[in-house]
Amino acid sequence: MKPNPTSLENKPPVSTRLRESVLRGPLSPSDDRERMRMVMDSLVLHIHPSKVSRPALKFSYTFGLGGLLLLLGSILAVTGVLLLFVYTPSPDAAYDSMIALQTEINFGNLIRNLHHWSGNLMVVVGVLHLLRVFYTAGFTHPREFNWVMGVALLLLIVAANFTGYLLPWDQLAYWAVTVGTSLLSYIPVIGTGLTNLLLGGPEVGAATLTNFYGLHIAVIPLAIFGIVSFHIWRVRKDKITVPRKIDQEPESEKVTTIPHLISIEFIFALVWLALLLTWASFVNAPLEQAADPSHSPNPAKAAWYFMGFQELLLHFHPVFGAIVIPGLGLLALLALPYLDQDMSTTGVWFRSRRGRWLAGISFLLGIFGTFAFVLLNEYWLDLPAWLPFLPSAISNGWIPLAALLLILYGFYELLKLLGSRACEARLALFTLLLASFATLTFIGIFLRGEGMALVIPWSLFNG
Amino acid sequence: MAENKVSRRDFLNIVWGVAGVVAVTELGLTGLRFLSPRTVEGQFGGQFNLGSPDQYPPGSVTPVEAGRFYLVRLEDSGLLAIYRRCTHLGCAVPYDQGTGQFVCPCHGSAFTADGDVLNAPAPRPLDLFTLSINEEGEILVDTAKAIERDHADPAVVVYA
Repeated sequence: MKPNPTSLENKPPVSTRLRESVLRGPLSPSDDRERMRMVMDSLVLHIHPSKVSRPALKFSYTFGLGGLLLLLGSILAVTGVLLLFVYTPSPDAAYDSMIALQTEINFGNLIRNLHHWSGNLMVVVGVLHLLRVFYTAGFTHPREFNWVMGVALLLLIVAANFTGYLLPWDQLAYWAVTVGTSLLSYIPVIGTGLTNLLLGGPEVGAATLTNFYGLHIAVIPLAIFGIVSFHIWRVRKDKITVPRKIDQEPESEKVTTIPHLISIEFIFALVWLALLLTWASFVNAPLEQAADPSHSPNPAKAAWYFMGFQELLLHFHPVFGAIVIPGLGLLALLALPYLDQDMSTTGVWFRSRRGRWLAGISFLLGIFGTFAFVLLNEYWLDLPAWLPFLPSAISNGWIPLAALLLILYGFYELLKLLGSRACEARLALFTLLLASFATLTFIGIFLRGEGMALVIPWSLFNG
Repeated sequence: MAENKVSRRDFLNIVWGVAGVVAVTELGLTGLRFLSPRTVEGQFGGQFNLGSPDQYPPGSVTPVEAGRFYLVRLEDSGLLAIYRRCTHLGCAVPYDQGTGQFVCPCHGSAFTADGDVLNAPAPRPLDLFTLSINEEGEILVDTAKAIERDHADPAVVVYA
């Protein structure tokens, strides 16, 4: 027999042995070496490296947006599982589940509100996280693929929101999903088949509800969980980009994750949890009349994060508004890190002083340019009527798209002529398009009234 | 090399690789078929017998809620069954008696009583369902499949 390494006389108490069977080290480490060991030895802490760069802890660098997304994801998982116990995915019972949440179930409204607002906030925070990484050049080599995964995650977040949108089965849900899925049917060749597969038939109905339910509670969350694990692992392996001031080398000081990062994260999460709980206690998630397939509300609007696309549809042929322009935008977004080879500006907000100026100017230009375009198109510009001999796919699709791309290309080349580096010119172009899309979304949400006519916003609320 | 012989090991690796691809394809197709819409051809809304055409005066538009379509009797007594789904983004299009038009509440598309586009953004006229007259002279509408059309063609109008 082998000799027992621990002699029977110094056997630790049962409680210690139990704890050590779960956690591998002491509970409250006293020095940096032990703290680093705790990170290395603990599964829970494995998402962080044992030491982090001190300047990267500065709140005004990351704003904790990635962490906030994780928190929101966790809240959504917990509240989502709770809602599963109440909700029935059938056209006859779904709306009744909503009413039950509002009237019968203890804290039913609070849980639903928390789920609704966290989900919507996640889209906003996801976009902000993307912007933070873009404007601090956090996507340069070797982090290109992590950017791609991030874009995929953002799309999945939107998909999760959209599939969840249908579940209450009220008028808002029914028509937003009808309009949203009709966008897909404009994809050439496979569009109708894809829409039929997604809807489980030619119209939104019982099969659509079970399809969306399955996607919402199983497929999309699992996909998000898998990709997020990969995403965070890559952040850990590639290290976070260290922020720095213009023309200065980044500070190289490092501190242990425990307690420096963990304590910030803990407090940040608690503050946000409090904010969300307060908001969800006082602001109810919308619920309209039960879905009525024979009466579309006027105006019937898509979910707010699709309003930019719906606004595009009012100005372009559907194939271009729904497929070509968003598709080109997505491709450009995925290509960004692979185009950018300028490593010398990584970690600097807006790359340089010129970059800051350009971002500001392009942002304003995007807002005013888009407003001008929408007004012109509403009251004067009418290419299909001026060119009646051309099919509308050319007069309202190819021609305006070509004009748009020429303008953007001209803007890019002009900036380079004026002495901008390629990465600064791209940053300006990105900002212009971002501002333009944000403006379209704003117009779609606040300035479109009955029959999708342009209105001044206060008449929307008075009417 | 004069001979390009595949070794036994390479051959087996290729065979296993091919078997893997076949297995993934089979499972993928099975999954896709499993998820495909359950609606069988000819079952979307079913068949509707709307009785004698005489009940519907010329120039009238009668909604048939259960069938999701409008029975349109044109001024010249021609009959059409028009699917109420807007060809733009799928909203339900109501008929406006006052103007004699279908006006979509979602994005402002307008259609004539026979479904032709008056006002964009709708890209094509409203879809039709097959309408026929049986031996007893009654109107039959088959809502199994919506018929898409590029322009309003008088040839599709049915006369009793």
